Amino acid sequence: MAGKFSRPESMTDKTTHYCPGCGHGIIHRVMCEVIDELGIREKTVAVAPVGCAVLAYDYWNFDAIEAAHGRTPALATGIKRVLPDRVVFTYQGDGDLAAIGTAEIIHAGNRGEDLSVFFVNNGVYGMTGGQMAPTTLIGQTTSTSQFTRRPDKEGYPLKILEMMALLPGVVYLERTSIHSPAEVLKTRAAIKRSFETQLAGKGFSMVEILSPCPTYWGMDPARSMERIREKVIQQYPLGVVKNN
Amino acid sequence: MKAKKERTQEKGKIRYLSTGNEACGEGAIRAGCRFYAGYPITPQNELTAYMSKRMEEENGIFIQAESELAAISMVHGASAAGARAMTSSSSPGISLKQEGISYMAGAELPCVIVNVMRGGPGLGNISPAQSDYFQATKGGGHGDYKMIVLAPETVQEMFDFTHKAFSLADQYNIPVMILADGMLGQMMEPLEFSADIQPPAEPEKPWALTGARGREPLSKKSLFLGPGVLEKHNDKLREKHDEISLREACAEEYRTQDANFVICAYGTAARIARASVDKLREKGVKAGLLRPVTLWPFPEEALKKHISGETAFLTVEMSLGQMVEDIERIVGDRKRVGFYGRAGGGIPEEDEIVERALMVLDKSGKGARK
Repeated sequence: MAGKFSRPESMTDKTTHYCPGCGHGIIHRVMCEVIDELGIREKTVAVAPVGCAVLAYDYWNFDAIEAAHGRTPALATGIKRVLPDRVVFTYQGDGDLAAIGTAEIIHAGNRGEDLSVFFVNNGVYGMTGGQMAPTTLIGQTTSTSQFTRRPDKEGYPLKILEMMALLPGVVYLERTSIHSPAEVLKTRAAIKRSFETQLAGKGFSMVEILSPCPTYWGMDPARSMERIREKVIQQYPLGVVKNN
Repeated sequence: MKAKKERTQEKGKIRYLSTGNEACGEGAIRAGCRFYAGYPITPQNELTAYMSKRMEEENGIFIQAESELAAISMVHGASAAGARAMTSSSSPGISLKQEGISYMAGAELPCVIVNVMRGGPGLGNISPAQSDYFQATKGGGHGDYKMIVLAPETVQEMFDFTHKAFSLADQYNIPVMILADGMLGQMMEPLEFSADIQPPAEPEKPWALTGARGREPLSKKSLFLGPGVLEKHNDKLREKHDEISLREACAEEYRTQDANFVICAYGTAARIARASVDKLREKGVKAGLLRPVTLWPFPEEALKKHISGETAFLTVEMSLGQMVEDIERIVGDRKRVGFYGRAGGGIPEEDEIVERALMVLDKSGKGARK
């Protein structure tokens, strides 16, 4: 990288399908930088989710597979158990991980699978048109919470990391954001730490990354970043949740 | 009561008394299966327990998954990584596995799925049944796909067919199902196999996701979004299905050479119908048994050989009538096809089949259905 901004080897040169201002591009970028830096591109197998990142394997220059919706950690378990010397990670959204795949993420963590999980939390289902997610904030309007998310009807935002922290098999959990350059660098560092945890064979780790969805938040990209800083991190505090 | 399972080994043959479930597990181990993920459900629990022990002994991988959905997805991952992988369940659990089976069929990944069928619908009961024929042979999950379906009728075949299933799965990159039932899973019979039985030759798997070392990155997927791309993929799957239909359809026939009355049955129902054939012969009826070994592809040619002339048919199933629809379709004359079925865990008796056969043969009762 020294002095020159270039594309990481772990990224293809394909233009992504993500909306303007979407966080996936930034997260892909720092994740691929880390994979280059650790020299693990040729031994990485990624599991893409159902959701906006379903086509991520087009943008990643390493082996990748797609899972059925939410089964991502179960599928990754199958790969990692067969190929324990490879680096296996899942890249999941909040619908995939925190709704339909709640059982799979908890049990992969509880078994202490040697996996890295990158959990992109933008509080909505993006791919299907901005529906309410388990992580949608109280008071937030979505296409399926037209009268906003109300605790008495739609329940509360789900704090997955805090739940996962209870599991002995889970060794490292951190929540980061990408709403400022400084936070992006912290996200990069957390991703690196997660991979290092796996490379050391220590067990299950997960980084939750707060990310904007300007399209379905109904605001421009800059305002979306502001919203994370003003509102989202109040609900989902940043920092290391667990480090064993 | 648990029977003593003494193993004998002479003349290079290993012989012992086994349950069908355990025979199935040993068949998989001997076929080089080194990955098993399962979830408890009766009447297949002996298989999961057996794999928990045997995988450890063989340095394989055993995982008790959090659900059938997770189990089949673990198999999905293991298969994509190049391993011979298996899961098993019984009817309600197999319904859950349809999600992963459809994905694997779409991504052309080999695996073996064992369904030790029980009564349904819903939670049903835990008695033997054959009511998942439609689900197994017509696709089961969403989308246009097929899987190869093998129907054993003995403990020996639980072993043999499972062993063969891995070879078929690898040959065609397709999920293969062993369609058994609670009777076959639970009962004990002598099992015999060569002490030096070898796993089927494993083909190269250039598509396996093992990391992009010295090659371009690979992806394994069932998502094909571009215009016309999925249709092309579906056509490719159809061509594969056609090839399998041509090459792999298999039936076993019993006393059919001069038969003008053919009973069609598979699995446990076929075992019973075999005795009914003998009884009908004693009564002077030229009866025979056509037993599909592959339920998909259905052995159409074997059945067609009996269509000429006046031959009448009786389909016997432990269901309200599922395979009979295929028999009627192939015979082409519904009036010539009788049916006898017991559902909900009921098992047809030899004499009930004989009685129904005589009704079918009686002109007034031709084509009688229960």
